[in-house]
Amino acid sequence: MTTGVRRRMWTVLPLCAAGAVAAIVIAPTVGSTSISLTRAFDTSIPWADNVDAQIFFVARLPRVLAAAVVGATLAASGVVLQALLRNPLATPFTLGVSAGAALGAMIVIAAGLDVGALGVSTVPMASFAGSMGATAIVYWLARSQRRGLSTNVLLLAGVTLNAFFSALIMFVQYLADFTQSFRTLRWLMGDLDVGSYGPLVAAAPFVLLSFAVFAVLPRTLNLLTLGSDVAAARGVDVARAERLAFVSASLATGAAVSLAGPIGFIGIVVPHLVRLLVGADHRVVLPASAFFGAAFLIGCDLVSRTALAPLELPVGIVTAMIGGPFFLWQLVRHS
Amino acid sequence: MLCATDLSFAYDARQPVLAGVSLEVRAGALVGVLGPNGSGKTTLLRLLAGIRRPTSGTVTLDGRPLHAYSRRALAARMAVVPQETHLAFDYSVMEMVLMGRHPHLGVFEVEGPADLAVARDALAATSVAHLENRDFATLSGGEKQRVVIAAALAQATDVLLLDEPTSSLDLGAQLDIAQLLVDLNTTRGVTVVVSTHDLALASGICRELVLLRQGRVQAAGATAEVLTADQVRALYDVDADVHVHPVTGHLSVVPLRRAAR
Repeated sequence: MTTGVRRRMWTVLPLCAAGAVAAIVIAPTVGSTSISLTRAFDTSIPWADNVDAQIFFVARLPRVLAAAVVGATLAASGVVLQALLRNPLATPFTLGVSAGAALGAMIVIAAGLDVGALGVSTVPMASFAGSMGATAIVYWLARSQRRGLSTNVLLLAGVTLNAFFSALIMFVQYLADFTQSFRTLRWLMGDLDVGSYGPLVAAAPFVLLSFAVFAVLPRTLNLLTLGSDVAAARGVDVARAERLAFVSASLATGAAVSLAGPIGFIGIVVPHLVRLLVGADHRVVLPASAFFGAAFLIGCDLVSRTALAPLELPVGIVTAMIGGPFFLWQLVRHS
Repeated sequence: MLCATDLSFAYDARQPVLAGVSLEVRAGALVGVLGPNGSGKTTLLRLLAGIRRPTSGTVTLDGRPLHAYSRRALAARMAVVPQETHLAFDYSVMEMVLMGRHPHLGVFEVEGPADLAVARDALAATSVAHLENRDFATLSGGEKQRVVIAAALAQATDVLLLDEPTSSLDLGAQLDIAQLLVDLNTTRGVTVVVSTHDLALASGICRELVLLRQGRVQAAGATAEVLTADQVRALYDVDADVHVHPVTGHLSVVPLRRAAR
């Protein structure tokens, strides 16, 4: 090895990026109606006559892009939070972000306030607000006097908040009527059928801002995993770095959950798989996880659309059923 | 060069860890910090490194207070070797050592051949060049400590602060680390401050000692003057025989019994 990280960045990352792009292009061709890629991209056919292009760009691409964005975001947030908490078992949902999002969504659905305009409905807005509320509470609790965030308090506060919000969610569900109750349950299973580009555009600023922060973090994350004293002695402004990592990962997770519900497993399985394959350096792990997460969720969503067609499996079930055993297999193979 | 004036520090206001500690580390010095458990050695090193800010008092490096430096600028001048290193993720030895280059790299800069050369040089200086491609987690305690010191060397600083670097090592590894510190100090001109419980290490390599007890400086000065039976008794509550060892020529401290209080 040992031209090391440079070589890995130049070999692994383009490969992962190519995989993600291929998934985005190929996935929309699969479905109840088979379409031809060449015909979909054939600009000589007028748009109104090109059914393949309409199916590709209008019916299926938004959903595939949603899978890509959500997969990339959850995987990358998982990497950041695992480094921040120095705990390989952390997930994007460990710190209460998803429970806050779920509570927001539940309240809006159960109260019958679920209305939509311009392709953006109140449910994602409420869930995003819920996730930011949870983030603010955890952040406020973990902020110790002069030393930035206490990661122990962060972890405990997050886990406790998760449990507390879960109780509130059950309470809201208990009060809701039968249809609403089913809708909330369905939301919790995750659904990438965004319907149009509207929700993607709405989520884009938050996702882009988070990824801009992710871009400057990786070498700092390497040092944070060695402990805050070591990181500080190597020149990291620990308080600032932890704040950036926590807020950006929470913002990204909140945006992803508001888009598609709390889809589990991506945030822990993808980072671990990537680490098993390319080592622990976050400069490779973080971007590779984002690409791999995008491709992985597109694949899972493809299975959820086609496995029991015309019935559609909730994608959260598919990620767990594929991700779980695959991860365990990798774990056994490498240990 | 590194100067602490009237330092006090408390993690918890009711329990001060350091009270009124002053000391001066001259350029090129090799200073040992001795003291019983809980006497504030680790905290003193943290304050000297600028990892924590004192509750009162100041630390200056070349006359400038530490808080006037940026974290990066400080890390380019001083490196720290912690007591123990636990990893949550598996890094290779080379990755660990290259992390020492952090303060010398721009935000998006990736270590280049020059950094690699510095890292290899550091690994050679700590005689673990052959471990370059190993996983850090698979190394022995002595090997790990050398790699951690190599990472600090790769930081290319003129001050090195070490917190009980030999506490978990066997006799041979302790000697190796001691020799390494002397070499760094004499051949590379690195200023070394090392906290330790090992009186043989302290008398063997340190030219000056600072004795810390209950957060205060009990005594400080040249090793031969500070390391006496009276000082050892006051420091550890242990009666000891202190004499110049006929073979090494260094002071040798033989503990006799727990001193009557």
